[in-house]
Amino acid sequence: MTDKTEPQTLYEKVWADHVVKTYDNGTDLLYVDRHLVQEVSSPQAFKGLKQAGRPMHRPDAHISVADHAVPTQGRGHPLREGLAASQVARLYENAREYGVPYIPMQDRRHGIVHVIGPELAFTLPGVVLVCGDSHTCTHGAFGAIAFGIGASECECVFATQVLRQQRQKTMRIRLEGVRPEGVEVKDMILAVIAEIGIGGGVGHAIEYAGSAVRDLSMEQRMTLCNMSIEAGSRIGMVAPDEKTFAYLEGRPLAPKGADWEAALDYWRSLPSDPDAVFDREVVIDVSTLSPFVSWGTTPEECAPIAGTVPDPSDVEDEGRRARMQRSVEYMGLTPGMALSDLTVDRVFIGSCTNGRIEDLRQAAEVVAGRKVSPGIDAMVVPGSAAVRAQAESEGLDKIFVEAGFSWRASGCSMCVGMNDDRLTPGQRCASTSNRNFEGRQGIGGRTHLMSPPMAAAAAIAGHLVDVRSLKKGAVE
Amino acid sequence: MKPFDTVTSVAAWIDEDAIDTDIIFPARFLLLLDKEGLGKHAFHERRNDPRQSTPFILDRPPYDKAEILVAAQDFGTGSSREQAVWALADFGLRCVIAESFGEIFFANCFKNGVLPVRLSPDDIAVVREAAQREELVTIDLPTQEVRLASGVVIGFEIEPYRKDALLNGLDEIGSIQRDDGADIAAFEEKQKRRAPWLYYSEEQLAHFNDLGEEILGEPTGKSG
Ligand code: SF4
Repeated sequence: MTDKTEPQTLYEKVWADHVVKTYDNGTDLLYVDRHLVQEVSSPQAFKGLKQAGRPMHRPDAHISVADHAVPTQGRGHPLREGLAASQVARLYENAREYGVPYIPMQDRRHGIVHVIGPELAFTLPGVVLVCGDSHTCTHGAFGAIAFGIGASECECVFATQVLRQQRQKTMRIRLEGVRPEGVEVKDMILAVIAEIGIGGGVGHAIEYAGSAVRDLSMEQRMTLCNMSIEAGSRIGMVAPDEKTFAYLEGRPLAPKGADWEAALDYWRSLPSDPDAVFDREVVIDVSTLSPFVSWGTTPEECAPIAGTVPDPSDVEDEGRRARMQRSVEYMGLTPGMALSDLTVDRVFIGSCTNGRIEDLRQAAEVVAGRKVSPGIDAMVVPGSAAVRAQAESEGLDKIFVEAGFSWRASGCSMCVGMNDDRLTPGQRCASTSNRNFEGRQGIGGRTHLMSPPMAAAAAIAGHLVDVRSLKKGAVE
Repeated sequence: MKPFDTVTSVAAWIDEDAIDTDIIFPARFLLLLDKEGLGKHAFHERRNDPRQSTPFILDRPPYDKAEILVAAQDFGTGSSREQAVWALADFGLRCVIAESFGEIFFANCFKNGVLPVRLSPDDIAVVREAAQREELVTIDLPTQEVRLASGVVIGFEIEPYRKDALLNGLDEIGSIQRDDGADIAAFEEKQKRRAPWLYYSEEQLAHFNDLGEEILGEPTGKSG
């Protein structure tokens, strides 16, 4: 399909195969194969469509599901009247009106858009996939060009199935070496963000490569790509390989029979050519990493767990110092204090970053046979109903519940605090989500980002702690 | 969309990096279903911070009438919520000047008649000083200039297609349907031949036939 002879990157190949036309000003009209629709970014888009009297171009290219605002308990009952109920109802009405599949919150296929897309094989290698949600980059783990868009662009996709876009520059981030014990993929991506900064990826499509990436499972690759947006990039990709194909084969929306074979041939042609040139290259040796936790209110404000809270007065740049000062105050920290001295009130294990089965298994392994520290409110929210069912079949729910965790139904939950799961002012939370912004998990809430084993360890220890010390049974 | 030409106003400023879209428009207001009237929620927590001694800049005359906002680095990073732009626009802001922007926020601005301008840190410092002196600042899109009362003129870059869209207040969807409809149809025909797996079979679509019928029970365990 790609008949260019000059070497191309994965991103360039997929892009080239979706260009409908190129305008005189150099921008492209890009075809969109798949669109995930959720309740927060779609009502205004549907309304625009309706007001202009435009039909939906291709209803089968969309799947709709309410994930942000749904409660994680009491699912058997209708939603209590209120804004969330109206928003969920609106999505249902719109989906019905325009003939788009709608997955209800009690359904076995329910979940966070970025968890269910791959589960259903709605996400495939080599597609262009969009969603009115910035963590759409998650799907790049399959070798798709997947990016978050605003509601106006959602409306454009509804009406036309295309977007006017400028091709991004390319950046390869090579992660090499072997992760030390206790260092998870979450630590790898936090290290990437700390290295290039929250604006480091702007204007670039990232491709993650290197031995440490090839070694990752598909779920881990999703965690990696998920936080590309936290490094400023709308797009993070991993070249598809045999693991990718094995993950997809037989899933409900995966190609079947001759189509599967044809798709495999195409997908195998997608990895970046060996001599392809990237606009920027970054190399990180993962063998030097240790478990990270965020201390501030931007995802680049993170440090190894053995570290301390930095001092804003050491920073020269004014805007940066002001921001850091604000972070330290907001988070209730004192410069120089040890991160492991921070006691937590809440623990959240879940989200599109770390709410998949492998994440829950890892957390359960830490928790098994132990108790949540007294006074801590800890919860596990599976990323999808399928993850929840799988975990229950493995008995993970019992491990969590016996330790004192609350075991919930699927959704975004306390990643974004749009349902009843939120922090109260001043509460400190060990969280496996992706954003530690001010107020992200509730007004005045204080979020520390970390891997699932690290969050599980914090629940047990009652404070931020290196999970490796816990594993050795050396908790105080 | 309201076309953008020239804006002259005092400029409000926020000299702090990484003002993310959660700060601009907190998540809990995302439950609202409309685009209109969101300005009152812009910067909600910052405006209602009990610890602050002076009101937030956008609540302080003359900046409460500002149509220009001068920020620092990484403005509008984070969530893709277009509500952040709708809220700023509803508040009356037409232009945001910053060193750098979150990419999705940047793209969303152009869909709503808001001009994001990238300037160097030094130039931003000059504009911010003018803002602090409450001087009028002019943003001239046709000439791509920021002009200050002191006579200082600072040029800025903008992609030509984005400039056109703002100047003309283009209805992008309408223009795609009008100008590119045949190209889209031709692309789809070609794609169906070369990548037929991208189009669902009846059997695949049937996966959704029983939606909502298979109801899961409540999760076990204590509720917190
Ligand atoms: S889990 Fe969090 S980051 Fe992921 S889609 Fe939901 S709100 Fe967004």
